[in-house]
Amino acid sequence: MTRAFRRHLYSRFMTVVVILFSFTAVLALVLILGDLVAKGASSIDWAFFTKSPVPAGQTGGGVANAIVGTAIIVGLAALIGVPIGVGAGMYLAEYGSGRLGFMVRFIADVLNGTPSIVIGIVGWTFLVKPMSKFSALAGSVSLAILMIPMLARTTEEMVRLVPHSLREAALALGYPRWRTSLKIVARTALGGIVTGCLVGIARIAGETAPLLFTALGNLNFSLSVGQPMQTLSLQIYVYATGPFDEWHRMAWASALVLMGLVLVISIAARWVTRQRYGSVR
Amino acid sequence: MTSLPNLPIEGIPSGRPSTETRWQSLLGADKSDRIYQRILTGFALALPAMILILFLVLLINALPAIKAFGAKFLVTSTWDPVAEVYGAAPMIFGTLASSLLALIIAVPLALSVAVLLTEFAPRSLRQPIAFLVELLAAIPSVVYGLWGVFVLIPFLRSYVVPPLKAVFGWLPIFQGVFYGNSLLAGGVILAIMIVPYIAAVSREVLLAVPGSQREAALAMGATRWEAVRSAVLPYGRAGLIGAVILGLGRALGETMAVTMVIGNRHDIGVSLFQPAYTMAAAIANEFSEATTSMYLSALFEVGLILFVLTVIVNAVARILIWRVARGTAVGSRAL
Repeated sequence: MTRAFRRHLYSRFMTVVVILFSFTAVLALVLILGDLVAKGASSIDWAFFTKSPVPAGQTGGGVANAIVGTAIIVGLAALIGVPIGVGAGMYLAEYGSGRLGFMVRFIADVLNGTPSIVIGIVGWTFLVKPMSKFSALAGSVSLAILMIPMLARTTEEMVRLVPHSLREAALALGYPRWRTSLKIVARTALGGIVTGCLVGIARIAGETAPLLFTALGNLNFSLSVGQPMQTLSLQIYVYATGPFDEWHRMAWASALVLMGLVLVISIAARWVTRQRYGSVR
Repeated sequence: MTSLPNLPIEGIPSGRPSTETRWQSLLGADKSDRIYQRILTGFALALPAMILILFLVLLINALPAIKAFGAKFLVTSTWDPVAEVYGAAPMIFGTLASSLLALIIAVPLALSVAVLLTEFAPRSLRQPIAFLVELLAAIPSVVYGLWGVFVLIPFLRSYVVPPLKAVFGWLPIFQGVFYGNSLLAGGVILAIMIVPYIAAVSREVLLAVPGSQREAALAMGATRWEAVRSAVLPYGRAGLIGAVILGLGRALGETMAVTMVIGNRHDIGVSLFQPAYTMAAAIANEFSEATTSMYLSALFEVGLILFVLTVIVNAVARILIWRVARGTAVGSRAL
């Protein structure tokens, strides 16, 4: 066996190892999605989407309260978080070359890794403790805080993809910088910015930890943002850690719905930028 | 200077803008430009404000506990809400141990994915695999927890723990009864969760390695693996370490999935089969039960420790990643 042959054999061997390891990593995804469908699909019917939970021990009921709650809390969070996050991202892309830009960029990256449970207890301090009342609004604010640094970075990245020549052309035509920024640059990058927002929404839609002490959860149907409200993620947590088989069944079904929601938003996010940038980096 | 033709372009006043205003706008001296910049700066300042507020709120609320227990909080193991004595050592240990275990499992897998996606896989397969891995990052934590409780733990009990005991049972870390909810389950679920983060960031780091590095190695007769091993990985080393540390940061702060499978026992055990506790899990479990102000303060101190730890870990990770892929929002898609 020559040395060269051994080296090539080793190269082949390592390639196989890399493929096997990668396969293992992707296998986890396949297993989780498979289990969600296998254990959750059978419990999903019309009542699941239209009814509120029934008292423990009884069968039937649904998670309409949690589905509506998720939509309200996440929607409100997006309403608060998107302007600030996108605005900060525009700043980073347009004026972010200085020291403040560097600092904001760095802090955004660091905040991106901040444990969401910590944001939850800080949200509790500001919005629950003073009013001595848990509320959906407190949950939304916590989720918005989670969303802002992520949006800032993706917006910046997308805006930076806009060719400089476009900007120069607008400025050369006598456009002021702010109009260039909003009407030319931001509009060109709009698809990318929307993608960033959708990815952010998909992420906060599945968050549980920041809601534990803010939105709290609510077994009844509620539309009031000043009151505790249920989300799918909170419902899954309660059902999965509870003692009843019926609850476990509902947990799987709720998880399937939540996962479906997150997947649809994630795929929509990629679809928005599909034509413009060709492929998702 | 020839005059501009009077084109009716939307948004631009027809007619030639005066030379003076054009000059001003090019210099950014226009008043409306300054207002625009101030507004954006205001949005941007929200981020430093946020990190400062997070820190201050945690610190202020934790002060009573810090004053009462001092450094003992970090090294003692008593957690007694009745006697109002708090020591967070088991949580700190559990957080570090579960994260370390997760890293040991996740790093080889994640780096393999990154290498496969940048070096080995046919180009047509790269996007689909990258997409699958990104989907893994999109699965909510609580869903991982659910899966951990009802699928992973029974699987570990039936197929992983018995062989581990048979072969490595003499090692202290594999002794004792497997409780199901355990450090092992927590570490494995964390590993599955951080693989996509580490893989996504590593992939972007490897993409930033210049093609000339590979070509040079291959031109000198290196095999494909040797090119990866000797040219690509060393070039991206700082960034790859950063990616791993970023994964560590995720694991340290991960809450729901770990809370659901780690057993939540306030105790330091050597065996991976025993239940353990993490800082995030303690907050999730006990915060709403904390009836006394000292109990609450102790939990805030746990939050403060967790926050400071993850800020440091993330800062180090970012600095390392920026050294390779300067200034880009590496991995922001997956994060």
